[in-house]
Amino acid sequence: MNRNKTITSRANFGWLLKMAWRDGKASSRKLILFMASIVLGIAAVVSIQSFGENLKENISLQSKSLMGADFRIDSNNPPNERVLAIMDSLGGADAREISFTSMAAFPKTELTKLIQVRGIEGGFPFYGDLETEPASAAGSYQEQDAALVDATVMLQLGIQPGDSIKIGTVTLPIAGALKSVPGSTAIFSSVAPPVLIPYRLISETGLVQTGSRVGYDYYFVANQGMNMEQLDKNLGPLLDTQDADLDTHTSTSQRLGSRYDNFGKFLNLVAFIALLLGCVGIASAINIYIKGKLRAVAILKCIGATKRQTFLIYLLQIAAMGLLGGIAGTGLGLILQQLFPLFLGDLLPVDVQMSFSPQVILMGLLLGIFMSVLFALYPLMGTLYISPLQALRVQNESKSKSGKAGTLVLLGIFLFILLFSYWLLKDWRYSFSFVAGIILTFSILAGIAKAFMKLIKKYFPNSWGFPARQSLLNLFRPQNQTLTLVLAIGVGTFLISTLYFTKDVLMSQATLETQSNSPNMILLDIQSEQKDAVVKTITEKDLPVLDDIAIVTMRVQSIEGKSVNQMKDDTTSNVNRWILTHEFRVTYRDSLIASESLQEGEWTSEVQDVEMVPISVSDNFADDAKVKVGDKVTFNVQGVLLNTVIGSIRTVDWSRMQMNFSIVFPKGVLEDAPQFRVLTSNVPNEESSANLQQELVKKYPNVTIIDLRQVLTVIEGLLDKISWLINFMAFFSILTGIIVLLGAVRTSKYQRIKESVLLRTLGAKSDQILKILALEYLYLGVLGGLSGILLSLLSSQMLAWFLFDSPFIPSWIPFLVLFPGIVVLVLIIGLLNSRSVITSPPLEVLRKQSA
Amino acid sequence: MTKILNVRNLEKTFSSGSKKITVLHDISFDIEAGETFSIVGPSGSGKTTLLGLCAGLDQADSGSIDLCGTQLNSLTEDERAILRNKNIGFVFQDFQLLPTLTALENVAVPLELQGAKNASKVGKELLEKVGLGDRFHHYPSQLSGGEQQRVAVARAFSNTPSILFADEPTGNLDAETGEKVIDLLFNLNKESGTTLVIVTHDLELAQRTQRILRLKGGKIIENPIDTL
Repeated sequence: MNRNKTITSRANFGWLLKMAWRDGKASSRKLILFMASIVLGIAAVVSIQSFGENLKENISLQSKSLMGADFRIDSNNPPNERVLAIMDSLGGADAREISFTSMAAFPKTELTKLIQVRGIEGGFPFYGDLETEPASAAGSYQEQDAALVDATVMLQLGIQPGDSIKIGTVTLPIAGALKSVPGSTAIFSSVAPPVLIPYRLISETGLVQTGSRVGYDYYFVANQGMNMEQLDKNLGPLLDTQDADLDTHTSTSQRLGSRYDNFGKFLNLVAFIALLLGCVGIASAINIYIKGKLRAVAILKCIGATKRQTFLIYLLQIAAMGLLGGIAGTGLGLILQQLFPLFLGDLLPVDVQMSFSPQVILMGLLLGIFMSVLFALYPLMGTLYISPLQALRVQNESKSKSGKAGTLVLLGIFLFILLFSYWLLKDWRYSFSFVAGIILTFSILAGIAKAFMKLIKKYFPNSWGFPARQSLLNLFRPQNQTLTLVLAIGVGTFLISTLYFTKDVLMSQATLETQSNSPNMILLDIQSEQKDAVVKTITEKDLPVLDDIAIVTMRVQSIEGKSVNQMKDDTTSNVNRWILTHEFRVTYRDSLIASESLQEGEWTSEVQDVEMVPISVSDNFADDAKVKVGDKVTFNVQGVLLNTVIGSIRTVDWSRMQMNFSIVFPKGVLEDAPQFRVLTSNVPNEESSANLQQELVKKYPNVTIIDLRQVLTVIEGLLDKISWLINFMAFFSILTGIIVLLGAVRTSKYQRIKESVLLRTLGAKSDQILKILALEYLYLGVLGGLSGILLSLLSSQMLAWFLFDSPFIPSWIPFLVLFPGIVVLVLIIGLLNSRSVITSPPLEVLRKQSA
Repeated sequence: MTKILNVRNLEKTFSSGSKKITVLHDISFDIEAGETFSIVGPSGSGKTTLLGLCAGLDQADSGSIDLCGTQLNSLTEDERAILRNKNIGFVFQDFQLLPTLTALENVAVPLELQGAKNASKVGKELLEKVGLGDRFHHYPSQLSGGEQQRVAVARAFSNTPSILFADEPTGNLDAETGEKVIDLLFNLNKESGTTLVIVTHDLELAQRTQRILRLKGGKIIENPIDTL
């Protein structure tokens, strides 16, 4: 026989499909774990991806109503002639606005509230609606010289339309409750909720004074065919030199989109981890599945099927299951994303209309097939090396898999993780770090498992009782599952507790110290001549004045002799633009405060009559202004030029909730400059806070009061919403973790059953076997759970040091709830899976096993 | 008569730790086409190993096997698989049916592997022939041991093999059922002229074959070819 020509198999691809279908349909129950892993992993990724896509699409679709106009020119100063000329050349603004934060008093209830005053003139908003209650108030408040007050504030303070509001020195009737203004999200405006009043009444409030932080906005409706990008390109740099900005509706929506994009990237990573756990589940489930199929493969080979054919039968089966899992996971993901707006509503800038993005659906389906095949490849390779001789007799050891092919599969898996994380993060550095982190976590956990096995082998407690010894022996006997189970339990626990600890880090950044000497109320915009009276008002109520900070506003005039204008025109200048345009709020004092430490140079407490004033700047100012100690900077202090030299550079902890400054002058220079003051106090409770606020607003309407506790409540609310999403994703990880656990326990089930049955045959009682099994799972649960939590403690500590630069006080929840929870879960899953060993007679089990 | 199997100077060793165990030592024999032949010997004598080598399920360390005119040594694993599919039938002690396929599908698989269009029709005919006309769509787990072995016999003949290897075909069956299966094998051998090679330690069964090869400790004992 000419072997090259005649020995070929004639079974075609159709037959392979038919075999895959026949075999798969009869094995469907065994593939439940596999399907569940894919479905959950894909649902996590698809729900986040699809929601992100929808959000981006909605932001871009609603970009005009987000801004309320086609474009806007804004500045922190009244527009100068040049800016006015530019606006005239555009046909003049269609609407204008002056805005600032201030205290408002409600005479009816005598309550006060920090608000954002927005004085509006013209038909703003031109796109989108001012939603008010009654609806007619949106159109009539301008004519009636009335105010529209944020609906939540009205509800909180018990105010009705028709009541009045006092802003500065003017009292206005309230025309209606403001439910939404284009572009504002509830969560971001809850610190200072908006109050709309007619523009012409702003001057009557008397609140626009020196030092007030006021925004000037001019809204435009574009002519037909006007190119927004071109407009931005032409006018942006021009307005920049005049301390003004141009924002078009497209650039604003892009900026907003990218802000949510970052948040989305983080969630995507969390979802991806759930997906990866799912992949571990796939590998584990396929491992069990293929193990059960090896005999069938040997029979098929025996009756003439080639290696390739048997491999393809199961590969096709897995790819098809992957596709099915992809469809189910995508479907579930698309359903789940509908829940997100319910929980995130306030955080979102637009009403998100859910639609199905074809790109995401395709991704879900492809991911299902690709992931299944990739993670099934390694166990599937077992079919290639199984000898047909196994049909004749059971050989315990089949030929080992090719090392080269195994390495290739492993490389393929890491490449997939790298490419997929790059697709999610769009940053190679982060993607490599992510993959390195995964490899490191897996390696450490594998190391722990191996070290544990070695240790118990070396120091085996021979004096222990039979069940305890037997259960320990099980941990390092041939074909033990210690490594797999420690990995599965460890990774799951690591992930979930890291999510918890990260939340702790975020919260500790925002937590206000509760000592009585740390400020929780800040009073801004106090004119110098009001200071003593304000201090008196505070101290009369037995409240302390903790800080009295003077603030002088100034701008940079020149750095090292180079004027700001020269630097603005110089395209090679790498001085950050904000340094050149920013109005700095500067203070003077003789010592450093708690949030500061000297990084370089020498601190000067006080000077008298010097030509060059030695000042101290923050490290970020020095970086952005490209200055070092000894460099000269001239400031324009409201018309007067002041020469200074950088005397020292400070490191400032900006995350502390207190007044920090980029520039600090020594005493003896700015005392006579026009200035306003900031006072801080510690108010013990809400009642005395409200009381103090009422009195201050009545006496000094220009003073702005920030109650840090209220701000904190808002931040906590925000974190709560975010942590809901994180928990939601963690839930997927827990579920997939359980599946991985189930898979791992089932893999070792047959080994355990065989041994347990032998023990029973030899006379072991049920409770002895139960004890052996329970102890074994207990060791594994404790080892895996504890390693995972300790590893996450370490990684969270590193995150706190390097990323958040914040102290980290871990909560006890992972130790008190998660750890015992995981151990109990492992015990339950393990014992439930082995209950047949305990409840059935030995012969029955043996018969079942051989069948 | 033509020789369908020609075995010369066959050697097979297995490793057990650092030790090497010779399982088959200098085995030589021939089988004529259409013949019935049995290999007998006590446990561990190398019967099943010899059958595996003759059927191309494993490779010998030295010596040669010529099966249906093809030197097995020169074939790759896949080529041996295809050769088995075209020329060989198998009946195993523990039936070795594919548990996820029905009786009919099990019988049809060897033909389907050849790309035959009438696999199902032939499968049905064979199942009817072995008395399982009412069990086409039953899965192996729904059949008794005897029924399973009859399906295995039907499968073994489905590709009209030139030679059929049976490894302890009655080992897992009660005497009465075992007898029926053996009758079936011999009848089919007669009808289709297939060479029948049976590995057994049942001397009564061996004596029904035309020739017996006795193995002990991996060697052929007494007169290798025992004509009855």
